[in-house]
Amino acid sequence: MSIRERLSGNEAIAYAMRQINPDVFAAFPITPSTEIPQYFAQYVANGQVDTEYVTVESEHSSMSTCIGAEAAGVRAVTATSSCGLAFMYELLYVAASARLPVTLACVNRALTGPININNDHSDSMGARDAGWIQLYAENNQEAYDNYLQAMRIAETPDVRLPIMVCQDGFITSHAVENILLEEDDAVKAFVGEYHPEHALIGRETPLAVGPYDVSPYYMEHKVQQAEAMKNAKRAILDVAADFEKTFGRKYGFFEEYRMEDAEVAIVLIGSTAGTAKACIDQLRAAGRKVGLIKLRVFRPFPGEELAEALSHVKAAAIMDKSESFSACGGPLYAETCAACYALDSRPVLIDVVYGLGGRDVATEDIARVYDHLFLMAENGGQGPKYIHMGQRSSEQEVL
Amino acid sequence: MAYNHKKELSKPERFVGGHRLCAGCGAGLVCRGMLRALDEGDKAVVCNATSCLEVSSFLYPYTAWEDSYIHSAFENAAATCGGVEAAYNVLKRKGKLDDTYKFLAIGGDGGTYDIGFQSLSGAMERGHDMVYFCYDNEAYMNTGIQRSSSTPRFASATTTPAGSVSVGKKQNKKDLTEIMAAHNIPYVAQTTFLGNFKDFHEKAHRAIYTEGPAFVNVMSPCPRGWQYSTELLPEICRMAVETCVWPLYEVIEGRWHLNYMPKKKLPVTEFMKLQGRFKHCFKPGNEWTLEAAQQYVDEQWEKLLHRCEQN
Repeated sequence: MSIRERLSGNEAIAYAMRQINPDVFAAFPITPSTEIPQYFAQYVANGQVDTEYVTVESEHSSMSTCIGAEAAGVRAVTATSSCGLAFMYELLYVAASARLPVTLACVNRALTGPININNDHSDSMGARDAGWIQLYAENNQEAYDNYLQAMRIAETPDVRLPIMVCQDGFITSHAVENILLEEDDAVKAFVGEYHPEHALIGRETPLAVGPYDVSPYYMEHKVQQAEAMKNAKRAILDVAADFEKTFGRKYGFFEEYRMEDAEVAIVLIGSTAGTAKACIDQLRAAGRKVGLIKLRVFRPFPGEELAEALSHVKAAAIMDKSESFSACGGPLYAETCAACYALDSRPVLIDVVYGLGGRDVATEDIARVYDHLFLMAENGGQGPKYIHMGQRSSEQEVL
Repeated sequence: MAYNHKKELSKPERFVGGHRLCAGCGAGLVCRGMLRALDEGDKAVVCNATSCLEVSSFLYPYTAWEDSYIHSAFENAAATCGGVEAAYNVLKRKGKLDDTYKFLAIGGDGGTYDIGFQSLSGAMERGHDMVYFCYDNEAYMNTGIQRSSSTPRFASATTTPAGSVSVGKKQNKKDLTEIMAAHNIPYVAQTTFLGNFKDFHEKAHRAIYTEGPAFVNVMSPCPRGWQYSTELLPEICRMAVETCVWPLYEVIEGRWHLNYMPKKKLPVTEFMKLQGRFKHCFKPGNEWTLEAAQQYVDEQWEKLLHRCEQN
């Protein structure tokens, strides 16, 4: 039986961690993920988990600790945000290339420069090519559910890649919402035990990890990683199917909201989906055919599926909650455009960069995006395609 | 039990031939020596910082290590080792493991004194049951002999070359052994390769079988960086000790012990003249560098003697 509760997103993640009882937790605080190691520390202090709780001196060392522990054959987890993730950057690649399924709870926050503690996706988007699976959540329930699925996906034998379970800093991490929790035994049974094929300790044969890999071998290893990420697509759907069967909540690569007959659509990631859905309901009531695709999985990128889902709309706004300074749009826009290129008939695609550094987004803001999309659908795609929403100083303000 | 060199050398090698370290390099001696110090039947996991040692001993698909081994990055050998040790503790606690494992981190001075210092300091403070061995060859040898904070004053390195207006590195060597002792960990030692390796062996064994974190700093000459003929390795190590450039001592539970008192402390030039990196110091006009080097060694030696006498 599910348990009705009220938890913040950080509490939900810590609760899931307690239920899973990971072997090693490498902890270092950074706003807004700090509460996760704090809540977990109390579980340790109360004897509710068997976890080795390693209070490291930096995020660089927390990822290093996870790498060592996971290579030794146990489950290792950590949580971080923003500059903490950036500080791990080098080791993110090491974890992925050594095929160590570390689980990282990423509470998304803007990267420093200037310092800002609020939500956007620049931290995890900056790490998008590090070889990690990335799941994103709209709300606390999804953060919890994604966490319960994460290890099974990451530890799938033909995947064996690290995984990031992302949620929006403060917006979901600190907001208390109603949530359905699952019972400890049911969670443990669903997640299962971890028995890696090879490990540094406890095996007949010793193991060597992290070689100097010269040109005749390096590329083969990179191709294996690329194949593993392709395999992760299947694993994500398999685990989601079992999750639905076990707990009744359905997940996929993305959620389509009122997309069946939509003429224009928005594609976005994370908590803004809730705002967009409220806006869509208002506009639909007024007879306007608008829809939403909320991406749950960014790595692996479900390009074919996303293109198919967009194939029937006239125009779509890809909303990026991070800047990639490419001079032609953010990362979600670039990936979506690339995915849609294969379509015979492509919708007009524009990029709307929004919400950087925690700038709020209201239903009216989303409504303006739809207005703009209808305009572009009518005029055949004329006008700016790379827009920053709600700029106080822009002379050519579009949105 | 008394040290028996012949018996120790008859143990099966755990760091085997086929690696690509240079002839006359100290790093391989540290590896063989530290693994010899393990009691029979005890297993080990070696955590190696990026270094000459790493790229020479584990080139895919070959490894020179008979024990489990992990290399992750340049600056995180200690944190990685702490993670392995944490995994071991949890497996032991859950009754999933019978074997005894020892955790040995190893890095050069670049990965230890400099870029890996934070990771080292953190791991030692947290109290992981592990030993960190530094093979100190006093410069970034893997990238081509650039200066480190361990490079002694006046040594010529590729980023502090001697030249018409330069006498090599301007700063004195960081005293890392002392800094590690200041972490108040159970065991800290300084050693090098002397005679029958008794000093090294006993320190490595004590470090490995002391519960909690331990640090062993091993002067490990590098023929390319220090510019000497490979056969001079033992002589250079002996001179480092006889001149008091590299005194042999250990700090056991906060108590300082001098392990070797030279009968007659030799001038520092006896150490320097064997190495090309100090060649410019012996040129006319640069006599002051030899005096300054001697003065520094004398001061450090006095400080160490005072510490050891206080016990």
